[in-house]
Amino acid sequence: MSAPLLAIEDLKVHFDLGGGTLWDRATGGSPVRQIVKAVDGVSLQIQPGETLGLVGESGCGKSTLGRALLRLVDITSGRVQFGGTDLAALSGRALRAERRHMQMIFQDPYASLDPRMTIGQIIAEPIETFRIASGPEKEKRVAELMATVGLSERFINRYPHEFSGGQQQRIGIARALAADPDFIVADEPISALDVSIQAQIINLMEHLQQQRRLTYLFISHDLRAVRHTSDRVAVMYLGRIVELADARAVYADPLMPYTKALISAVPLPDPAIESRRHRIVLKGDVPSPINPPSGCAFHPRCPYAIDACGRETPSLVEIKPQHFAACIRISPQHPYIDAPA
Amino acid sequence: MGAAPLLSVRDLRTYFDEEGQTARAVDGVSFDLARGETLGIVGESGSGKTVTNLSILRLVPAPPGRIVGGQILFDGRDLLSLSDSDLRKVRGKRIGMIFQDPMTSLNPFMRISRQLMEVTELHLGHSRAEAFEHAVKMLELVGIPDARRRARGYPHELSGGMRQRVMIAMALSCRPELIIADEPTTALDVTIQAQILDLIRQLKADTGTSVILITHDLGVVAGMTDRLIVMYAGKVFESGSTVEIFARPANPYTRGLLLSVPDVTAMDRGDLYQIRGLPPDVAHLPPGCPFAPRCDRAEARCRETAPPMVQVAPGHFSLCHFADEVYAAPAGQPVMSGSR
Repeated sequence: MSAPLLAIEDLKVHFDLGGGTLWDRATGGSPVRQIVKAVDGVSLQIQPGETLGLVGESGCGKSTLGRALLRLVDITSGRVQFGGTDLAALSGRALRAERRHMQMIFQDPYASLDPRMTIGQIIAEPIETFRIASGPEKEKRVAELMATVGLSERFINRYPHEFSGGQQQRIGIARALAADPDFIVADEPISALDVSIQAQIINLMEHLQQQRRLTYLFISHDLRAVRHTSDRVAVMYLGRIVELADARAVYADPLMPYTKALISAVPLPDPAIESRRHRIVLKGDVPSPINPPSGCAFHPRCPYAIDACGRETPSLVEIKPQHFAACIRISPQHPYIDAPA
Repeated sequence: MGAAPLLSVRDLRTYFDEEGQTARAVDGVSFDLARGETLGIVGESGSGKTVTNLSILRLVPAPPGRIVGGQILFDGRDLLSLSDSDLRKVRGKRIGMIFQDPMTSLNPFMRISRQLMEVTELHLGHSRAEAFEHAVKMLELVGIPDARRRARGYPHELSGGMRQRVMIAMALSCRPELIIADEPTTALDVTIQAQILDLIRQLKADTGTSVILITHDLGVVAGMTDRLIVMYAGKVFESGSTVEIFARPANPYTRGLLLSVPDVTAMDRGDLYQIRGLPPDVAHLPPGCPFAPRCDRAEARCRETAPPMVQVAPGHFSLCHFADEVYAAPAGQPVMSGSR
């Protein structure tokens, strides 16, 4: 395999919610210091030109992981190697220079666009910031970018509120492309859009990837969209990667009980299949990341959990070639769990 | 259908007056719902699916909204002509409602028990003690663990899935004959969505209540509903049995929606089918068929004359000049102009 574009090693992002001081105890605050381990020891490699899908329930840390890769949140420990540079060690000017090569597409396109700037100004901003072009050359690039994402050039002096959600997302994509990045984190890029518009944005992102050799981290809770867009899929649960494999393998042959439940919960647009489908319905909610369960964090909801699951923390193991899972009940010799506990 | 329908919506029209324009949010919608049946209403933003259901309950904000015509016959009585006090006896008692975002529909300052008790004190004449016991029973029914203790808590102490269960408990408190659920699982994770849909399915089997399920998710309607209506630009574009519509969509819009959902079992990763253009602005609709600007099958007449509602098979209707042709076309592919 060629050198990865991005190599993440034992990345941790912890948020300190405070508590535990004399003052907190006296005023009814938390008697102990609360730490949210949003990302807790993630190691991943992302290859140039691939789309890595990142799925999981809300609160599992997938957005925090995406933001940490762009250093939009502070990294507690670990390394993020981007083309040979450790982003975790950078700051100030050096970090800003690297950011030119990595951009983000957000879930809520309207909230991510400055309402007082015109479309032209929004798209031109990265070009100015990174001093890529100026004057007529800059104007030309803005016009090209608008055409690339399917926006008419005559909208150049309009404001974000004048556009529909799908068009706003196109503006967000044009801005992300403006500095000609190598890597884009797309955080739920279609979940705020109408069904008929979702397909348009997915197709646009795939065409852009082919034209510009982009690498995507595609974060979504929509497992159907992830299956379509991704080469490999990482499943996240309470701050950790619990399964990682080729997209086809994750969907056709999921190894982790959690992944099985996630995939079986996706409603399929086919009444014939739905009527005879066996669905694994998980009990309970995602536990709080402040006090994650001991051992395997999934064990309280897992139909296959045994006593040892509450004691041993599983690590991500290559169960089948290029198919990794974190579960003490499976191994390369026994990739499937026989029966519920 | 032999017996009289529980709900019969006839030519409903709800308009909104905004900045001197009239937006026909709901423009001549008709459908029937039998007792015990689950009807899905599918559509994108601006399709009128939510306004249709707010109209059924007369909850359309007025102004700017107004119901300008039609009938909503619930068990034979027209809800649109009831007095406000008679309507209140139906709303929440005989018709329960579940909304998308439970946090905005629950009162954050009121104990959960109190919010459930209000409903049965009003409609069933429960005493305080009776109402509390009933509230606990309802919370247990919808699967809230430790219901007696939880009942004394506040909505913010619960997760999103648990809050939605409280909403369902509230909607079911008076054993309604009809439940209207508007995007009940859209704000939830897939695993929690599966729990809530399971719960609605099971409660329906136990109580025999009728359900209207409004959603944009074709996967959800596929597994939950008996019949389906597909709305676009305030109109019913297609209606029929769920199985039949998925197998043989007779409207280019329905066909496009079905094709644009990524298939998790598909092997190839080519382009998704995409409906071009944008959902309609109902204040500025083109003449003719409102879907014509986005339609692969459209011809000159689609842009000039409004399409007819065509019955393509018993109980299966499509609003399209080419309904029979689209119905007869092979499933799983779009129908293009000049493809004959």
